[in-house]
Amino acid sequence: MYSRAYSRLVTIPPLLWVTLFLLIPYLFLFCFSFWQVHAQVIVHSWTLSNYGQLFHNPIYLQVLLRSIRIAASVTLLALCLGVPLAYYVSFRSGTAKNLLYQLVIIPLWVSYLVRAYAWKTILGSNGVLNTLLQYTHLAQHAIGFLLYSPFAVVLTLTHIYTPFAFLPIYASLEHIPRNLIEASQDLGASRSRTFWKVIFPLALPGIVAGATFAFVLSLGDFLAPLLLGGPSGIMISNIVVSLFGAAYDWPLGAAVAVVMLIFVMALIASTERLERKLSFT
Amino acid sequence: MFRSRWLSIHAAVVFAFLYLPIGVLAVYSFNGESVGGFPPRGWTLNWYRLLAGDSALWASVVNSLIVAIAAVAISIAIGLPAALALDRVRFPGKAFFRRIVLLPLILPGVITGISLLTLFVTVGMKLSLVTIALGHGTALISVAATEILAGLQKFDRAQEEASLDLGAGQWRTFWRVTLPNLRLSIIAAVLLIFTLSMDEIAVSFFLIGRDNTLPLEIWSRLRRGITPEINAISTVIFCFSLITIVLWYRIRQARTSETTPAASVQ
Amino acid sequence: MTGLLSLRGISKRFSNTPVLRDVALQIAEGEFLTILGESGSGKTTLLRIISGFERPDTGEVWMGTQRIDTLAPNRRDVNTVFQHYALFPHLSVFENVAYGLRAHRVPENEIKSRVEAALAQVNMTAFTSRRPTALSGGQQQRVALARALVNRPRVLLLDEPLSALDANLRRQMQSELKTLQRDVGITFIFVTHDQEEAMTLSDRIALLRSGELEQVSTPRDLYNHPQTEYAATFVGQTNLLRDGSQLLSLRPEHIRITTRDTVAGANVVRLKGTLRRQTFNGPTDLLEIECENGLKLTVRAPNQPARPSEIWLEWTRDAAVPIKPSCTHERTAG
Repeated sequence: MYSRAYSRLVTIPPLLWVTLFLLIPYLFLFCFSFWQVHAQVIVHSWTLSNYGQLFHNPIYLQVLLRSIRIAASVTLLALCLGVPLAYYVSFRSGTAKNLLYQLVIIPLWVSYLVRAYAWKTILGSNGVLNTLLQYTHLAQHAIGFLLYSPFAVVLTLTHIYTPFAFLPIYASLEHIPRNLIEASQDLGASRSRTFWKVIFPLALPGIVAGATFAFVLSLGDFLAPLLLGGPSGIMISNIVVSLFGAAYDWPLGAAVAVVMLIFVMALIASTERLERKLSFT
Repeated sequence: MFRSRWLSIHAAVVFAFLYLPIGVLAVYSFNGESVGGFPPRGWTLNWYRLLAGDSALWASVVNSLIVAIAAVAISIAIGLPAALALDRVRFPGKAFFRRIVLLPLILPGVITGISLLTLFVTVGMKLSLVTIALGHGTALISVAATEILAGLQKFDRAQEEASLDLGAGQWRTFWRVTLPNLRLSIIAAVLLIFTLSMDEIAVSFFLIGRDNTLPLEIWSRLRRGITPEINAISTVIFCFSLITIVLWYRIRQARTSETTPAASVQ
Repeated sequence: MTGLLSLRGISKRFSNTPVLRDVALQIAEGEFLTILGESGSGKTTLLRIISGFERPDTGEVWMGTQRIDTLAPNRRDVNTVFQHYALFPHLSVFENVAYGLRAHRVPENEIKSRVEAALAQVNMTAFTSRRPTALSGGQQQRVALARALVNRPRVLLLDEPLSALDANLRRQMQSELKTLQRDVGITFIFVTHDQEEAMTLSDRIALLRSGELEQVSTPRDLYNHPQTEYAATFVGQTNLLRDGSQLLSLRPEHIRITTRDTVAGANVVRLKGTLRRQTFNGPTDLLEIECENGLKLTVRAPNQPARPSEIWLEWTRDAAVPIKPSCTHERTAG
């Protein structure tokens, strides 16, 4: 139905742009990971030593594991918060449904920096939470670990990424034909049985997608750890940032980035396959 | 009924979790004392006044606006044909193309940022607002493509066929039939891209030259120490975001009701 | 009549539009009752009130000696076959049918035998482990039936179950449904807008118009003795005649084609007319005839290609049934 000219016009410009500004940069990144830095200058000698450093220096593995732990905690919390909320908005909220949906989405649009900074003011030793606790005599003195700790990072990232996780979960719940719920009740099932036997299995692909979003985005986050993590809350993206900044070792930074890239893509590929398997319609 | 009560309590808790921090910021932007202690003392518009006179901040706002507009232009200019191509044309490497276009959405911004940095450094391009605009535009193509693709899939292909059947050429059909139907999707995409660009940090971090964008300006001040002025600007940003998102949502709703025929009640 | 199911004074509004107005109906045990009506007549709403997915604004629903309109849908001894089957896509045919039994915690071995019996009843035993998406419309229909019947409800509700099937399959399923109902012996309440379907299947038809019951009778009675103009024109075709102030309904097949020279009997009306249109209808022809006095009649006559344009008609006076004229009702929602 579409002429040659039409087809060419819609495919060639995007292909060119994407090649120039996405594909080639990723390739450059890949190349950089094999080069080295000598005396503040990047030398184009090909070597695997950067990757060697990553695997031999325990600090990289440590940070990676911590990042995975943090990302996993965030994902778990985001699901605990997001799944019941999505179910409530989709099935039980009646006329308030549209309003509630908007209320969940609004934080997504509010600046990340604003939200992370808000937690900083709340969690600090002179922050709102601590002074409130002391004012009401619930605590004797300021609780230290609230800020500049993995706890603060997990809390902030959960706050940021729960709406992200909510979206695909809500979408898959909305796709469930309502007559299935009626059929389940017609056949004698309680609300609880209807949820676990009908709604939950059909919502699983969306839940997996939401979990993937939350995990991958948390894993690669560098702002929250930088603002609130302190030395014990450093995550893997912070290492990349510092290698490209003050530590000036671009090739090593590129190597870390490549490892992250491969890890993330492998994860996405397997969760996509899982989603396909879990999809029944 | 028991389940409903717990569910609504849970929902209330989640909403409190999502909104309280912002609420706290708003309250403290009027705080008389400069430290965020509880309870807030005094009541002042001082910080907003300081904000109004902060020329460095406003300069960064202007920079952000310029970048955001450029990013919108790039994303739509590339994202619209990309969506059309993905929806209608079979070409070699299509699956790969789809993946790589959507990659910046899910990939940590850091990676997109540093790979673009390596590109610019290798070709010897100086870092400036231009490089940031290129970075945003590229990263947000995925947003444009996704929104427009959703609009294309809701769109009844038979309208285009009818247009061709009646004798209109491909171009007239595109301008008079396809594009008007995509109007709402494009507007929604523009709003979303604009907002995301105004707030973007990860990619901008690496591509910045001499001129700061708003988030990076705020960021650099944060590193130097907290001032309640930041509470004030955060509250202002929140209000703008609120307006934008409500607009975007209304547009989305309009799009849905445009394409679904009225259902009959039985 | 002592009924199994009793609907008393049922009214319902949807955002200020009345959908059902004071509907009262008694349904007997073991009968096949069809609720017949156009779209917007309220028939599906009435069904949903019986199954529990809508609550009436006024009125009550009783099953035997128990009032059920205050019960949740999962507590009524009523099962529904939904319009688009509503089979669970993630469960096999077996698990779909077993669903209600599991919800009632029926022991496992009993589940197996009852499910297999139910599937055998609808000729679907070969498909036990298939998924609904792998089945055709007619097959899904049967599974939906089995899923409902396996629970041995006292009443089975069917919400336009055959509307999505093509004509031949529809006829086949109609006869299967009728046989099934006879075999199982429980009350079937069937909702449709198709009057032929209603007449084929039902023991009784409840004709619903704009939320009110127009007439409730056996199919034969409804056809031969419609009480109102609406009933006469909705079910089958008819000619509307005036005799003074009385409105009459005369079915096309009761008008005979005769010759000019035939002498009319005492109770017979004779008219001469011109043939305006002849439509081939399979076993019969449908003739549109304009009479001398201006009256336009539709006549059903044997299949005969060539007819003269001058036609003589006659019918027995009693064949024209007196009916009440229908005032124009506003249509309810939809």
